[in-house]
Amino acid sequence: GASAIFVAGLPKIGAAATGDDLIAEFTGGAEVGEGDLKLVAPEIAENGNTVPIEVSSGSAAEILVLAMGNPTPSVATFKFGKLAASRAASTRIRLAGTQDVVAIAKLEDGSFVKASSTVKVTIGGCGG
Amino acid sequence: MASGVKPRVKVPKSAAAGEAITIKTLISHKMESGQRKDSDGNIIPRSIINRFTCDFNGENVVDVELAPAISTNPYFEFEALVPEAGEFKFTWYDDDGSVYETSKKIAIG
Amino acid sequence: GNWARLAAQQALTQDKLLEFDTFGNVSLIHITDIHAQLKPIYFREPEINIGVGDNKGVVPHVTGADFRKLYGINDGSPSAYVLSYEDFSALAKTYGRVGGLDRVATVINSIRSERPDALLLDGGDTWHGSYTCYHTEGQDMVNVMNALKPDAMTFHWEFTLGSDRVNEIVEGLPFAALGQNIFDAEWDEPTELFPPYKFYESGGVKIAVIGQAFPYMPIANPGWMFPEYSFGIRDERMQEMVNEVRSKGAELVVCLSHNGFDVDKQMAGTVEGIDVILSGHTHDALPEPVLVGETIIVASGSNGKFVSRVDLNVQNGRMMGFRHKLIPIFSDVITPDKSITALIDEQRAPYLDALTEVIGKTGDDQLLYRRGNFNGTWDDLICDALISERDADIALSPGVRWGPSILPGQDITREDIWNVTSMTYGEAYRTEMTGEFLHIVLEDVADNLFNPNPYYQQGGDMVRVGGLGYRIDVTKPQGSRITDMTLLKTGEKIDPSKTYQVAGWASVNEDTEGPAIWDVVEAHIAKQGVISLDPNNSVKVVGA
Ligand SMILES: [Mn+2]
Ligand SMILES: [Mn+2]
Repeated sequence: GASAIFVAGLPKIGAAATGDDLIAEFTGGAEVGEGDLKLVAPEIAENGNTVPIEVSSGSAAEILVLAMGNPTPSVATFKFGKLAASRAASTRIRLAGTQDVVAIAKLEDGSFVKASSTVKVTIGGCGG
Repeated sequence: MASGVKPRVKVPKSAAAGEAITIKTLISHKMESGQRKDSDGNIIPRSIINRFTCDFNGENVVDVELAPAISTNPYFEFEALVPEAGEFKFTWYDDDGSVYETSKKIAIG
Repeated sequence: GNWARLAAQQALTQDKLLEFDTFGNVSLIHITDIHAQLKPIYFREPEINIGVGDNKGVVPHVTGADFRKLYGINDGSPSAYVLSYEDFSALAKTYGRVGGLDRVATVINSIRSERPDALLLDGGDTWHGSYTCYHTEGQDMVNVMNALKPDAMTFHWEFTLGSDRVNEIVEGLPFAALGQNIFDAEWDEPTELFPPYKFYESGGVKIAVIGQAFPYMPIANPGWMFPEYSFGIRDERMQEMVNEVRSKGAELVVCLSHNGFDVDKQMAGTVEGIDVILSGHTHDALPEPVLVGETIIVASGSNGKFVSRVDLNVQNGRMMGFRHKLIPIFSDVITPDKSITALIDEQRAPYLDALTEVIGKTGDDQLLYRRGNFNGTWDDLICDALISERDADIALSPGVRWGPSILPGQDITREDIWNVTSMTYGEAYRTEMTGEFLHIVLEDVADNLFNPNPYYQQGGDMVRVGGLGYRIDVTKPQGSRITDMTLLKTGEKIDPSKTYQVAGWASVNEDTEGPAIWDVVEAHIAKQGVISLDPNNSVKVVGA
């Protein structure tokens, strides 16, 4: 039944930088296009407290990941070193409800690209 | 120092010179977000792993900055180039100043 | 009357039910969603089964007279009885009970006598749903199913036994436990215990069976009971597995799925190269396979009521044709297999006194059934029990699709109560919820059912409510489907900021407290004696 009480959320306290603030800080206000960046996330989170995501790009030097609907949207920043065999990484994140997860990559040529994916976080229960 | 912190990594034992390998890492850590309250209504202070790095023979593979939205027991998966035999060094940096390290040797062949 | 019953059953013979012109070179036997129903039962199919988006008005979202018309089924016929809800109580008296694994065994044996190497594939939801299954932690079902000698199985409710118990049983299974989407949650890797596929040789054809477990297990059921596992649809990996088995020489690719029907349709349109999907979870019973591209999808009902037989002609690595029959298990017509009857009775013997104790009975006009998108009389009764026994304003009952029906004037035994309530997290909680939160709950469940993208559908029905009325527009997006929420006892509108006493059961949260739902329902039925419910008109549905 829809009897679960939602506990995965991070309660909102104080004023935090918004996702857009964090993007502006990362890009220095540069234009963000679309292109060499892929973000893979599940349609529905099995557990809002541990949602698997994967970012990948052919030429990213750095990738910023944000959970736009969390009270504090910061998630992680990946920097790829000389011995990274690919500009790709996976991790698990907390989502305080259904929202867009956004990745912004700084490519080697200095340009910025964006990818996003909506993840549904549900109360759950019931079944056939 | 956070208690019971235990790093684990999965690295192949050997690779061909120049091969790309997949590495997976986990560290047991509660990643206290600093936004939860205890039963008395007091905020539980933030205590997270805030940075993770992987290097091979002194050269960097990945360097990750973590925020409280990274799940309990932080997990990372990425790919590394193995130019020669040597050692991967993994380092996790805790808010409380603790540094957790582990390493894995890899052979060529 | 008795004469009509005998006449109807004489017309209906075992030979006729099993009649099948053996075809091609391969036979598949599919059974799914038995929900631990070892013995014959009654099972009324849904009256309301709304499809949304591309699935509006197409099977399995067609019921009653429209369904009969679609398949040319006569009113009052045996097929009408087993496949639709119309005149259910009357037809049940004529045609009798359905199911029973000893009857299923007879059907399987008959198919095997014509096709000795026919594959028997179990779609899961097998080790869940009865008093004996609960008390033996699934062992009764394992013992009986093992005797039927399946070739492979996939999973859903099994995991609610807890991962330790599931692992223990699966380690000892004499057949394959398949699930290409069952992953180790910690390292995100496939598991050894649940391989993605298995090869079989049948009729000279190399067959690959790929398993697909229920994708949303940790959402629809308590994930804390099996934290080591992760699921998901993983259709990209499904494609990889299909490619892998084809490259290893598979001439026929069968997917044994617990996705649910609409998810299977979408997956069939996304993944190339699956010949047959044997579909489970949404409990649909379809007299013909549905074709998506070159994939056929077979739906075989639930609760032991049907067995599907699919014969295929496979030549040079290609499926050239098929012949299919959805075989209804009329319990009074199909002779039980004696050895399986004995085995079933052996499982039940230690519990027989408890099982057969009569708790109450239904009134002369009172049918108890569950299936349907919104409410069923069984859940109306369960909600009544929650409100009165737990002293609540509002009751919530999960929209599960299992649970047999009880005819008017029939005794209700303890076994009957467990058949509609048994689960490993059946605590009947009582809690306070704000009107706003109740709205969030209804919207959340409604989106799991009516999201136009099947990959967001979890395959249950709408949460059942007692003491609460509402209006639902199934065409709207999440957050705006549910309006006009009303507290029935006063007629007042639900106030988002006000707090209500809510009782429910089957919470997916760990540490949920309360008496067992079967005890709550039993106490209520015992007090009522004869069950007679008011018609439930509290949900107004629009946009269907
Ligand atoms: Mn089922
Ligand atoms: Mn199911």
